[in-house]
Amino acid sequence: MNVKQYIAARAAKELKDGDIVNLGIGIPTLVADYIPSDVKVFLHSENGILGVGPTPDPEHIDQNLVNAGKLPVTVLEGSSYFDSASSFAMIRGGHVSVSILGVLQIDAIGRIANWAVPGKSVLGVGGAMDLLEGSKKIIVTTMHTSNQGESKIVNELTYPITSERIVDLIITDLAVFAVKEDGLHLIELSPGVSLEEVQLKTDAPFLIAKSFNKGKEVTA
Amino acid sequence: MSKLITCEEAVKKVKSGSRIMVGGFGLVGSPLSLIAALAQSEVKDLEIISNNLGEPGRGLGVLVRQKQVKKAIGSYFTSNPEVVKAYQDKELEVELLPQGTMSEAIRAGGAGLGGFYTPVSVGTKIAENKEERTLNGKKYVFQEPLKANFSLIKAKKADQLGNLIYNKSARNFNPMMATAADVVIAEVDEIVEVGQISPEEIVTPHLYVDYIVVKGGK
Repeated sequence: MNVKQYIAARAAKELKDGDIVNLGIGIPTLVADYIPSDVKVFLHSENGILGVGPTPDPEHIDQNLVNAGKLPVTVLEGSSYFDSASSFAMIRGGHVSVSILGVLQIDAIGRIANWAVPGKSVLGVGGAMDLLEGSKKIIVTTMHTSNQGESKIVNELTYPITSERIVDLIITDLAVFAVKEDGLHLIELSPGVSLEEVQLKTDAPFLIAKSFNKGKEVTA
Repeated sequence: MSKLITCEEAVKKVKSGSRIMVGGFGLVGSPLSLIAALAQSEVKDLEIISNNLGEPGRGLGVLVRQKQVKKAIGSYFTSNPEVVKAYQDKELEVELLPQGTMSEAIRAGGAGLGGFYTPVSVGTKIAENKEERTLNGKKYVFQEPLKANFSLIKAKKADQLGNLIYNKSARNFNPMMATAADVVIAEVDEIVEVGQISPEEIVTPHLYVDYIVVKGGK
């Protein structure tokens, strides 16, 4: 398992039987591969599908059946199709249990930026703002630092904010943080990762939960 | 009166400067034969309402490359680098909406509503110039409805009256766009006799559809 798969497998452990789940692009998409066999969830795709199944073999690709990342998918028994307005009514209306999203930055109180980069033309937002607004629970999956080695967990966002909504859980390659009213709580370190490393690579302040899970093993 | 026309006849109705809704999520559910006919025509200064503007040289991307589009309203244009370049070169105006706000604005346009308050985008750059209102302690921004002169949509099947059904995730924005324009032209894979589509299955009733063209037809 590479680190991105590790993050996805850890996020999959948060899903509960019966959850309606929306997976963002990138690491979140990988979560589908690690859902425990005794947990049945229903994947919602904002372009109008409830009940998304695995990626098809090349010979079974249907050009009319794609996910929100415009990649070919299949559907499972019991799935349904609907138009975009209905799909976003489901999201805004609070009918999606969990959204798992990638981010560019997270601030010290748990708000995220994931739709635009400063200094570049802002020409895409997609469904990011809708998902943050309406999903009952938001799990962020991300590498702890950017490709340039900068902390993605920052005091203040320098990228444009996606929503005032505070996320619920942050899962990185190094650690897991729960977001509470008083800020970020470290609840878990990844195997082989020290508290010092997380402190060094996290710009925003965080509290250490009383019984944080040091090096909890995550298996697929 | 038959609603069946050719793509060329359909496109002749469109004038330069028209505001046109075009269905599709990327190329999926996009009326590619109608777009190809538009690309063959002389019309320009179009204002396009669509989630994306195709891909480079594909779908609506052809109209962008040929500089036929003056303004685009949608949610995600970064998937076509030529759109980004046209915007930077000031050849193209862009108005960005969250995808759920956009689809609901089209629905509102077709449903005769004067707009709606949505919590989505409150506190972000997208809401900067929009009216904000607090209702029951929660902040919302006002979104105006979207309407157009034409809607070019894609369906799987029409009957002779213009009742439509769609194909899987190719449904996306098409049913709302069918309701929100003065003239609605549906491109379909197949036309069947009236009665061949069960009333339970029909997604877009025929009263919304003015003209039908067959995919790949001239």
